[in-house]
Amino acid sequence: MSHSNALTGSDILARALAEEGVEVIFGIPGGVTLPLMKAFETAKFRFILTRHEQAAAHMAEGYARATGRVGVCLATSGPGATNLITGIADAFMDSTPIVAITGQVATEKIGNDAFQEVDTVGLTCTITKHNYLVREAATIPKIVKEAFYLASTGRPGPVLIDLPVDISKQSAPYHAAAQASIRGYSPTLDGHPEQIRKAAALIAKAERPVILAGQGVLLSGAHEELRELVDKTGLPIGTTLLGLGAIPEDHPAALKMVGMHGMTYANYAIHYADLVVGIGARFDDRVASRPGDFAPQARIVHIDIDPTSIGKSVRVDVPIVGDVRRVLRELNKIVRAPSIDAWRNRIAEWKRQFPLPTGEATAKDRRDFRDRLAPRQPWYRDGVPVREIKPQAVIRAIDALADPHRIITVDVGQHQMWSAQHLTHRKPRSFIASGGLGTMGFGFPAALGAKVGCPDRTVINITGDGSFQMNCHELAVAVMEKIPVKVIILNNGCLGMVRQWQETIIPGARYMGVILEGSPDFVKLAEAYGALGLRAARNEEVRPVLERALAHPGPVLVDMQVTIEENCYPMVPVGKNLDEALQHD
Amino acid sequence: MRHIISALVENRPGVLAKIAALVRARGYNIDSLSVGETDDPTISRMTFAVIGDDRILEQVTKQLNRLIDVIKVLDFTDRDYVERELVLAKIACPPGHRGQIIELMDVFRGRICDLGPSSVTVEATGDEKKIEALIELLRPFGIKEIARTGLVALLRGDPKDRNGASRGVRARKSAPPPVAPGTSPADSGDAGAPLA
Repeated sequence: MSHSNALTGSDILARALAEEGVEVIFGIPGGVTLPLMKAFETAKFRFILTRHEQAAAHMAEGYARATGRVGVCLATSGPGATNLITGIADAFMDSTPIVAITGQVATEKIGNDAFQEVDTVGLTCTITKHNYLVREAATIPKIVKEAFYLASTGRPGPVLIDLPVDISKQSAPYHAAAQASIRGYSPTLDGHPEQIRKAAALIAKAERPVILAGQGVLLSGAHEELRELVDKTGLPIGTTLLGLGAIPEDHPAALKMVGMHGMTYANYAIHYADLVVGIGARFDDRVASRPGDFAPQARIVHIDIDPTSIGKSVRVDVPIVGDVRRVLRELNKIVRAPSIDAWRNRIAEWKRQFPLPTGEATAKDRRDFRDRLAPRQPWYRDGVPVREIKPQAVIRAIDALADPHRIITVDVGQHQMWSAQHLTHRKPRSFIASGGLGTMGFGFPAALGAKVGCPDRTVINITGDGSFQMNCHELAVAVMEKIPVKVIILNNGCLGMVRQWQETIIPGARYMGVILEGSPDFVKLAEAYGALGLRAARNEEVRPVLERALAHPGPVLVDMQVTIEENCYPMVPVGKNLDEALQHD
Repeated sequence: MRHIISALVENRPGVLAKIAALVRARGYNIDSLSVGETDDPTISRMTFAVIGDDRILEQVTKQLNRLIDVIKVLDFTDRDYVERELVLAKIACPPGHRGQIIELMDVFRGRICDLGPSSVTVEATGDEKKIEALIELLRPFGIKEIARTGLVALLRGDPKDRNGASRGVRARKSAPPPVAPGTSPADSGDAGAPLA
């Protein structure tokens, strides 16, 4: 070093990250990130070594979703970067603010098929909000400033910084970056006043209005403004999967979840509405399977910060581009309540007519299930199921026993939908699911990230035996880093949702590739990592096991041996409208 | 229907790849794409000819705007603009046919760039219809090779008019003023983006 204030690229990156307030980085180093790890030795933030880079990305996501701050993950070049990709794609789909840092081979070797080289920037083009290949160490503070700004503003999302190893060793002085200003990026925050007036006018004269709230409400921190809108207007309100928690579900206007496995009465409310107010929701294909026929009698108001979300799926009569919180503040100033008692009564009637299946009434006789299993019938003895615990009952028990301030993360499949349906969602940023990408293996690492970000809250991962095994190695991180999350596996011995679809789509076929034989003894697995393992096989064991798990100070893995033939209802089959849900097998 | 979209983008390595990746990933049908630096060396102009209905076009425009490296997007549909394309064509041409080809190129205000013993290379510029017509007339001679630049286009009038017109055009779409300002920094008319 020629002069005293010159640092290496790695030192500059570490300092720039610290200046952004980073408190933890999840990741796995490798050859080209060694200079960076050296710089991290003296950094103020914590480095959590994961067992797989995919989990590192999901931990960053869980941290971001729970705290609202930017999550940071790190991987080396080549396989490290490709392993991150699922998590980055997940963050992109679900608008989760993360910054991913990848090592890259030396600049002079780029393009030469060097050891552990992959075109990370090229591969992540369409799954990042923006990405950078660092070419000079001196530009690092500016890049980091921009990366955090882009990740966390507008419609949030993942930003990747690819750092070649030679740049990480290059000397440069540290010049703190000014506030980021990017000429190609200026999200519209304030909604157009005329459009907001139009929305208010439609609400005032609506006879069958309904709000559909999505994650945009949580991302903009607008749950209080949303509550005010609902209290002022009395509009019934459903939420998307990622919008759960936008309105407390014990609120009288709350209809709970809308969509493929949403509440039938909520789906009817949308389908028969004369006004749908979409707030920070993107009308994706789990809500609007047939966008052309979506809410056929309704005018649609759509508030979203991302103009590309508007008009992409369903037709929109009153588009409002802007930050949900700012738009709702303006809307709340002028909105008036419509008279909709008849409509509320109609929804209440649907609610009585279509109660949420709890499992007691369904799956009594699944002869077809046994036939499809032939010749393998590990869960039947003399034609009688050996399992008795209803998965829905486990979730209801968790809902009753766990502290109301808990954070629940889920994976993907039946357990995810049952959790969405049967938990009482009261608070924002408390139900963390992989919505858009539908990533099995998301829930456990996301729980670890959430717990690191919110150490004072109970964090529970409700998962399936299929999903859990996709990232179960992170038990080592839970134990070593002392991250006391509670993992509840609804163990039904199969890829339940895929099996359910196999039944729906291919009548009479045997189960193909969905029966999870050969899974480990999960209690022993937990013990092998040094965590507490518990099991419940009978109904009367569910509550005591959950109580013990919740009371345990360290990480716990619970094997809930639930009935295997249970299917998740209601279910709107793909390609059907929201009023065409199946209620049972 | 074919639409012309003009985008001002950061003139940096990798930007073309990002835009190409977006177009491919979203499944848009791009008929032609041309790129070149503007008078500001930090900015390039890309001109897209896109096939699709208004809905597709609106998505292409919005998705392009969503890219951080894209500074400004203008949709030329229903606007008054100048478009040009350059074509180079090598035509089979025994010496006896030269006269006919030279005559043809005169009519099209093209030029002869190269002469070989059995071929002639011609150059012409014009809008897409003119280029297509020329190619059809050259075809009977035997086209050996052809290279086209793809369209480039600019709005007529001075920059102030362009921005005024820009708002008018966007208002044409199903979404009146609201989408327009939100959709693109382009429509704010300044956005610190010099019009090339």
